[in-house]
Amino acid sequence: MNTASNAITVSGLVKTFGRTRALDGLDLEVGTGEVHGFLGPNGAGKSTTIRVLLGLLRADAGTVSLLGGDPWNDAVELHRRLAYVPGDVELWPNLSGGEAIDLLARLRGGLDAERRAELVDRFDLDPTKKGRTYSKGNRQKVALIAALASNAELLLLDEPTAGLDPLMEVVFQDVIAEAKDAGKTVLLSSHILAQVEKLCDRVSIIRLGRIVQSGTLSEMRHLTRTSIEAETSTPVTGLDELPGVHDVRAESGKIRFGVDGNHLDGVIRHLAGFGVHSLVSHPPTLEELMLRHYGDELEHNGHNGHNGQHAAGASR
Amino acid sequence: MTATATAPTTGERADRTGGPRSPLAGTGTLIRFNLRRDRVRLPVWIGASLLATVGSVSSFKATYPEPEDIESAKATFEAPAGLAMSGPDHYLSGEYHYGAMTGHQMISYMALVIGIMSILTVVRHTRTEEETGRAELLRSNVIGRHAHLAAALVVAVAANVLLGVLLAAGLGSLGVDGVTASGSLLYGATSVGIGVVFTAIAAITVQITPFARGSSGMAIAALGVAYALRAVGDVGADTFSWLSPIGWAQRTYVYVDNRWWPLLLNVALAAVCVALAVFLSTRRDVGAGLRPPRPGRPSATDRLAHPVAFALRLHRGVLIAFGFGALLMGVAFGSLLGETDDVLDSSDEFRETVEELGGSLEEAFASVVLAILVLIAICYAVMTVLRARAEETGGRAEPLLSTGLSRTRWLGSHLVVALAGGSLISVLGGLGFGLAGAGPADDSGLIWSLTWAAAAYAPAVWVTAGIALVLVGWFPGASAAAWAAPAYMFFTVYLGQLMDTPDFLLNLSPLSHVPQVPAEDLEWTPLLILTALAAGLIALGLAGFRRRDLDLK
Repeated sequence: MNTASNAITVSGLVKTFGRTRALDGLDLEVGTGEVHGFLGPNGAGKSTTIRVLLGLLRADAGTVSLLGGDPWNDAVELHRRLAYVPGDVELWPNLSGGEAIDLLARLRGGLDAERRAELVDRFDLDPTKKGRTYSKGNRQKVALIAALASNAELLLLDEPTAGLDPLMEVVFQDVIAEAKDAGKTVLLSSHILAQVEKLCDRVSIIRLGRIVQSGTLSEMRHLTRTSIEAETSTPVTGLDELPGVHDVRAESGKIRFGVDGNHLDGVIRHLAGFGVHSLVSHPPTLEELMLRHYGDELEHNGHNGHNGQHAAGASR
Repeated sequence: MTATATAPTTGERADRTGGPRSPLAGTGTLIRFNLRRDRVRLPVWIGASLLATVGSVSSFKATYPEPEDIESAKATFEAPAGLAMSGPDHYLSGEYHYGAMTGHQMISYMALVIGIMSILTVVRHTRTEEETGRAELLRSNVIGRHAHLAAALVVAVAANVLLGVLLAAGLGSLGVDGVTASGSLLYGATSVGIGVVFTAIAAITVQITPFARGSSGMAIAALGVAYALRAVGDVGADTFSWLSPIGWAQRTYVYVDNRWWPLLLNVALAAVCVALAVFLSTRRDVGAGLRPPRPGRPSATDRLAHPVAFALRLHRGVLIAFGFGALLMGVAFGSLLGETDDVLDSSDEFRETVEELGGSLEEAFASVVLAILVLIAICYAVMTVLRARAEETGGRAEPLLSTGLSRTRWLGSHLVVALAGGSLISVLGGLGFGLAGAGPADDSGLIWSLTWAAAAYAPAVWVTAGIALVLVGWFPGASAAAWAAPAYMFFTVYLGQLMDTPDFLLNLSPLSHVPQVPAEDLEWTPLLILTALAAGLIALGLAGFRRRDLDLK
């Protein structure tokens, strides 16, 4: 990817807190105009990365470029061009939600009043309530409206919908799609995989302070196993010998197995020789992609069974 | 964290404290939980209070070895300024032995420390728990309606009783002339008497507002009022002292008359306050204050987006309260200005002593009062700077600092409120002092000269704000240490009353460098030096804040 067209370029980023190495040589590229999913479990370093991008934390090593500037030294100029929604929104107890929205948006350099009114309406927020009386989801709406009502070209969203109800989740997906159509760049850290699958052009998966995989969903799928379930007229033989085939299980005329994306073609040709009645193929879901990187952790935590079985169960 | 760890045991423990249906169910567990959380904090408070008291009393002998030294101390503390800083003059009526000195000089001091310890303990275990939502987690368990309040009160009272016992034992075993064993027992009880009153007052204030900061602020304001009432009463009309629980404690005339009965007033007031607190707590929901929150504006005014206007919005409640408090306190002291002349007339010997020192009694009194008023302003300035730190750790700086607002402007906006607000409070105190003093002293020029004298202290306020800012910028974890500055300054105002205090101890306090207008001429040099020092500290603090990581939630 061309560096000049990137909204965010991070390489070799290291950030330590005392003895903890929160970021351990993280590389991240977010192209201008794309919605980029940032995935990883709690404590993997997502929030730390975003806070380094905001210049709230200082990098210990590595280079970070945000909208062509240095987030630590050019923080203020860069902040005028971006909007941030923290994962844990704290509001001022004696300020109403409406005042907080206006304050944040104006400090960022102005807001679109019409857009603000529209968003307040769509997110169904009562802007007259005081900060303390809002629930977690409503505090999140305040920060989201403030971010989306400004004319920022980059949105940094750190688990922005963690407290929203499913209805508001739909509204959120709509407004992010609109932001993308308007040419804005979005870095979306999230645990909600369906949301990421729906919205994101590219995805980076972070683990223990490093990016373990990054690319478009289809690229990632290609690198990962597809699970196949087939019924054939004659029992399938010789499948085990083919390259890229795993976990073959045959039961009463049905055969199930996993195949690496780049070997799919050869396997299908092989199957054709046995008279295929039905064929179901599940491309790997994002959940499976995630679990592939975190499978060992799950086993460590007492989760039974290996990835293949879990994937089959998880593919709806 | 620890809350969840202890929660499973509450069910089984609940039976011991009245059964699961009792409004006090779980109190025993909560008491142990509170003690576990305070296992460092309370011993430090108790140990420091004990050491300070015992240390001061045992140093009397070294400070006043000869009868002449005692006579001169007596002269100092007989003056209005001395009485305002210590206690009622009955302690001076007989022999001013070391015991009488202890009762006279230490109680009002100790009251501030014990009061703050008690207030913070109660607020920490009640309103803070509710505000953070941790109380909800526990209240969903087998915990009675009044268990949180009861456990907080038990822990605060227990801390006071422990301190009282240690004080009685510590002072009683010193073997200092006049510090008798029976008197020491009463002194310990006096300390408990003051502690339980402010424990109980805090129990009320935590019911009123939904915020821990507001609760402790209101209770500390009550402590300040009690201190001011006794100061006014001890200098002038005795009636005022009888309105103050600190005044009652002083009127035990410990080591002189050893009266126990005034402490009954303390106990009775504490009981009434606790009853009121329990009643009020049944009138509100968990996490809420007494009044439901009112709706706010649907959108912000244009001004609000200016950082200073926004900071002022956050600070305005406290600013108004402090300004009003300083004005009233100034008025109270001002009304005594005429009386200082009466004292002057009554004692020629006394007049000589003071005049040898330079200045009149009235001026000496005025400078002590001004210093106390300025300390209120200084406390406000420290509180305001530390509020910025609380905004940071509370996660409320993060959204602002990710907008077009720079770190310097954000912290600077709070600083501006601290500097300007602190100066304003100081001037208001001086104005109140002058307005009320002009009548009895029959000198309308006092209004202007005392206001101006208070204004001259502004650079000392700025220096203190600068110290707090340096801590926030460079040693954020130790920001609360900024309170040591006003505490030390208060100490030097007291020390300044004594004849033989080494100069270097006084010179460490910025207050000592402010010219004592109207007694002295206004000298600009020290003020400019203090201002330059403040500017340097502020620049240093801001630089530290620019270069460090934010503390984020």
